[in-house]
Amino acid sequence: MRDGNIVEAKELVKRFTPKGAPPVTALGGIELSLQTGCLTAVIGPDGAGKTTLMRLIAGLLTPTAGTLRVLGMDVQGHEQEIQNRLSYMPQKFGLYEDLTIAENMTLYANLHGVPQETRATRFPHLLDMTGLANFTGRLAGKLSGGMKQKLGLACTLVRSPDLLLLDEPTVGVDPLSRRELWDILQRLSKEEQLSIFVSTAYMDEAELCRRVYVMNHGRLLASGSPEELRGLARGRCYRMAPPPGVPMRVLQGMLLDDRENIVDAVPERGAVHFIRRESATEEAMRARLPLPFEAADERLEDGFMCLLRADEEKNAAGQTEALAFAPLSLDANHAPGDDIDIEVRELVRKFGDFTAVDKTSFEVRRGEVFGLLGPNGAGKTTTFRMLCGLLPLTSGHLSVAGVNLRDARTEARANIGYVAQKFSLYGNLTVEQNLSFFGGAYGLSRERIKQRLAEILREFHLETYRHAPAESLPGGYKQRLSMAAALLHQPRILFLDEPTSGIDPLARRDFWRQITDLAAKGTTIIVTTHFMEEAEYCDRIMIQDQGKLRALGTPADLRAQNGDESATMNEVFIRIVEKAREKGGTAG
Amino acid sequence: MNGSGFFRRLWALCRKEFVQLWRDNSSLLIGTVLPIILIVLIGSGISLDVKNAPVAVVLEDASPTAQDAVSFLSGSAYFSPRYVTSRREAVRLMDAREVNAILVVPVDFTAKLARREAKLQLISYGADPTTATSITGYVEAGVAAFNASRVAGYAPRGMVTVESRMWFNDAHSSTWYFVPGLMMLITTIVGVFLTSLVMAREWERGTLESIFVTPVRKEELLLAKMIPYFCIAMLGFFLCLLASHYIYGVPLHGSLLMLVVSSVLYLFVALGLGLLISAATKSQFLASQVSLVMSLLPAMMLSGFLFDLRSVPAWVAAVGHALPSTYYLELLKSLFLAGNNWPLIGKNCAILAVYAVLLLGLAFLATRKKVE
Amino acid sequence: MDPWQAFLQKVRWMVRKELLATLSDPRTRFILIVPVLVQTMLFGYTATYDLDLAPYVVLDRSHSSAASDFETDIDGSPAFRRVRTLANSNEIAEAIDSGEAMLAISIPPDFETKLNRGEASPIQVITDGRNTMTATAASSYVEHIAAAFNAERNPKANAVTLENIAWYNPNLITRWTFLPSLIAMLAFNQVLILSGLSVAREREQGTFDQLLVTPMSPAIILIGKAAVPVLMGMIQSTLVLLICRFWFQIPMAGNPLTLWTVLFVFTLSCTGIGLSISAISSTMQQVMVYCFLLLMPMILLSGIATPVANMPEALQILTYADPLRFALDSVWRVYLEGCGLSAIAGNFVPMLAVAAVTFPLAGWLFRHNLG
Repeated sequence: MRDGNIVEAKELVKRFTPKGAPPVTALGGIELSLQTGCLTAVIGPDGAGKTTLMRLIAGLLTPTAGTLRVLGMDVQGHEQEIQNRLSYMPQKFGLYEDLTIAENMTLYANLHGVPQETRATRFPHLLDMTGLANFTGRLAGKLSGGMKQKLGLACTLVRSPDLLLLDEPTVGVDPLSRRELWDILQRLSKEEQLSIFVSTAYMDEAELCRRVYVMNHGRLLASGSPEELRGLARGRCYRMAPPPGVPMRVLQGMLLDDRENIVDAVPERGAVHFIRRESATEEAMRARLPLPFEAADERLEDGFMCLLRADEEKNAAGQTEALAFAPLSLDANHAPGDDIDIEVRELVRKFGDFTAVDKTSFEVRRGEVFGLLGPNGAGKTTTFRMLCGLLPLTSGHLSVAGVNLRDARTEARANIGYVAQKFSLYGNLTVEQNLSFFGGAYGLSRERIKQRLAEILREFHLETYRHAPAESLPGGYKQRLSMAAALLHQPRILFLDEPTSGIDPLARRDFWRQITDLAAKGTTIIVTTHFMEEAEYCDRIMIQDQGKLRALGTPADLRAQNGDESATMNEVFIRIVEKAREKGGTAG
Repeated sequence: MNGSGFFRRLWALCRKEFVQLWRDNSSLLIGTVLPIILIVLIGSGISLDVKNAPVAVVLEDASPTAQDAVSFLSGSAYFSPRYVTSRREAVRLMDAREVNAILVVPVDFTAKLARREAKLQLISYGADPTTATSITGYVEAGVAAFNASRVAGYAPRGMVTVESRMWFNDAHSSTWYFVPGLMMLITTIVGVFLTSLVMAREWERGTLESIFVTPVRKEELLLAKMIPYFCIAMLGFFLCLLASHYIYGVPLHGSLLMLVVSSVLYLFVALGLGLLISAATKSQFLASQVSLVMSLLPAMMLSGFLFDLRSVPAWVAAVGHALPSTYYLELLKSLFLAGNNWPLIGKNCAILAVYAVLLLGLAFLATRKKVE
Repeated sequence: MDPWQAFLQKVRWMVRKELLATLSDPRTRFILIVPVLVQTMLFGYTATYDLDLAPYVVLDRSHSSAASDFETDIDGSPAFRRVRTLANSNEIAEAIDSGEAMLAISIPPDFETKLNRGEASPIQVITDGRNTMTATAASSYVEHIAAAFNAERNPKANAVTLENIAWYNPNLITRWTFLPSLIAMLAFNQVLILSGLSVAREREQGTFDQLLVTPMSPAIILIGKAAVPVLMGMIQSTLVLLICRFWFQIPMAGNPLTLWTVLFVFTLSCTGIGLSISAISSTMQQVMVYCFLLLMPMILLSGIATPVANMPEALQILTYADPLRFALDSVWRVYLEGCGLSAIAGNFVPMLAVAAVTFPLAGWLFRHNLG
């Protein structure tokens, strides 16, 4: 089995037929062959069919048509034999939250029949590798998101499988934990020659794989080594630095809006990285664009974006419609206002003996985009919930639009909009019902609701889904609906808790384009994120770790303070957190 | 290898289940505290036996003879009479629900008594027919006793008298009657309700997806859910048994072994139903509603726990006889109060076994190691 | 917009959302309506202590005309149905043990002889005590038949006769009491569970935070959360009421409006209990467990199975916390007696007290039990 293919799919089709709804084709004829002993990734936006593919390989779904051979056996009829030999980590690993780390691992070791002698060496190794060694007695439900994922991986790896399947193992995991997790995977691949198949939304992760499959809408767009895919954008990538005083997001937005000539633009390492279309020559671009730019190296993401844009344009009908925004200008006043919208002094929050947020102070000015960054369990969410008035403070002072929302009259909350981490609108209400409910909840009059509803449906291109239940919307549209609901009453301050976690790059571009638009109109925005490169969109960011404030300033400041002008935010972040942890001793 | 793998995995899953039960002890509450609460309530409070019923006595004829005729009220533990002088006053007491009945001694009582034509009038509160019937019975007995003292001068042509004997309930106590039903209810709640809820929770939380892709077989998954809840139900069962026997003196005339055997059979039925419901709904909300409607309420109302299936319309009896709880209850009552009635034990155990095989089989078929 | 108007408008939106969120799922609609109808029909026919063609066996060792007269009287009663005529006394045990017969009547050989001699002539009635209620009823039915038999043979045998009158339910039909009690009881189960799950479900789905950051006060959220359970409770009660009145034809003495007032206050207090449970629970499973721990004792203490007056003093005090007790009493009195509001005013006090405690408690817990 060392040579040859561990997974072989031919014209693999999977259709779901929900009751009372037209059938949905999740996979429309996939050809796939995974080499034994190889680390392979599949990338693609939401709804591309990545999870369906994983589940088919794991024998959890029955193919509608085509053949699928895993470990040399036809999956149909041999599910149990295959499941005996492969390990699978689903997107949301089903940890038993009321069992401890050790108990969860023992359960899986027993189910897999791992002998005691093997456990004695393997368990410490796994715990060490995942950094969970000090917490074996802690309940899984009490772990942070990243620790949960690592525990999931540890449970999946209690024995050496013939094939390891991982479905988006790093969604919602901070960069530090992400790096640790991938170190583990690479080691397994190198040292144990383990065959690994992983789906991911992160391009830097896909770069670490031998072979990458790109999927969209249930079809395979391309496959090859990271270099091959990167090559799709070769010679078309450039960097453009914004003039002083102009936020990077404004320049990025302007470039992104130029759809005729530009495939994609994204802020990176202090400048905007963009890809021209093949149809637009470099000369034409120089003549057209307001600022000088220089050639840049292509990245895997660039190749991916080229493939994706081309595919989306080919299938324009029924796909995500791009949002239209007011044109941006470099000349407008981009400086935040002088008014202070959020003021936090010496904020402390304790849960029992545990200090989740420790003496944190910062302020946010009117019209600023302020990023809250930190590893899992750093206290971001706790800070965020205190700001929104969902959690009382232990001590300190806090004011949002002049008041502490927890004690203030309920009407004060009309100043803020809130988008929760996971989709949290009413799933069985239609788009219109959801929006008008939140309009009513924010005290808008009936006529005003009607008017804003029409505006916002148009603005977010939600008209076609107007009468669809919210839970039936595709991922990107759910994100839009959450935003729409938070913006219906035109709040002064917008709170966004990991709004881009788990959504695809195209939808993320749309999302940030919209933030740029809102900020330009004077809305104050507080956002938490796990995608460190997204910090580049913010005016200022704050990095928390272990409840303490570790850094506060503009992305450029932080980059300068940490030595390397050309570092990615990911690298800057890791450096800041590691430095702080070294100083702080053994906390972990 | 295969056999040892089976037991190893089963043991691992069961241990997990027990640890979870211990950590979130709300399920244990249902298995232990609920039976105790119910048995204490039923044993000490829930009684159908009327005592000290307040009765208004209207003495329109206050002669000594008339007073003698109703004197049985004063000496009886069943009544607590209140003597009033007018019907109006009595009706007022009745409307205020201060008395449950009115006994009227009419003005001409003594006069008519001489002609053996005397009448007493008993007005009872029909909105509570159970109490009304009891009171009527006691008053009738009192009047009959008075009549018996007045036979002089009358030559009867012979009277039929009824000698009633109630078998299987020497104490005539409703506790005896409720205890078997209570055990059936506890077993049903734990077996169907709790089991369907915890299994549906695994579906809902996605914990099964990772478990599926291991060498675990579905029979092991199902057994591992059954064993812990089986234990809880048996715990509740024995708590009921001990409490009823030692606190309230409910006898056990039949064989303890058969009592346990039939309970085990019924538990299999309940567990099978619970697992089937969870596999079909995969949602905690729906599972709870379905088990409420399909198992608990019918077990309470249609199994013969509260009402006798032998005196209801045939189609309702047919529905009742489609329920396994009916057969289990029949067995329990028989074993507790009557003794070993082997034909009945054989028949009902067989029926329960068929249900158990059927439901467990269906649950096994409905549970698939697939996520679609 | 003045504050009062703004308040009302938010309440309207909240109620509308709750209605849509609960009732847009056809499975939920089905589960809220159909089982109630089926249960009312089934339980309506089952729930009776009155005998209807109860099976009995007879052992006639007298073979006389008097005995067969007496047997004819029993056979003629709608309460009994003879399933077998026995040949010897050993068969009695078998017939009772197997559950074939609910009672056995044994007529001794000297039955007629004794009667003709003018003596008391006893017959034996053996009942199945495994079902105490019906056993007691059966022997008292036989006693009544015997009394009628005697009265026919012996006019004026009794110096005093007892004239029985039952108000509000002249034939003392147990169904007349039991079915109206279902009006309150069936809704009780659903209201408690529905309101119990309402907040817990939003917590599990993460929508509750979204609700708490809007400028809606706890009072508005509370009203919205209470609206659906109360409404469903009222609808279910009304359905049961209609079945009682028009299918089982139990005459209704009272005013439906009075009844609805009772039911409204009752469902309100149950909703308060449910919402408090919801606010202290973090998962739906916990809600269900707590609901169960409350449901069964509350039903037992309500007086539906046995009169409250028969309970020991301590338990009777406990029943004041049980809104179902007062709802049942009120329903009986309004439905069967035709009482007006003033007659049952006392019953509102405990129900309103429960609501007055549980609603503020739930509202406070909404905000203060946030992990």
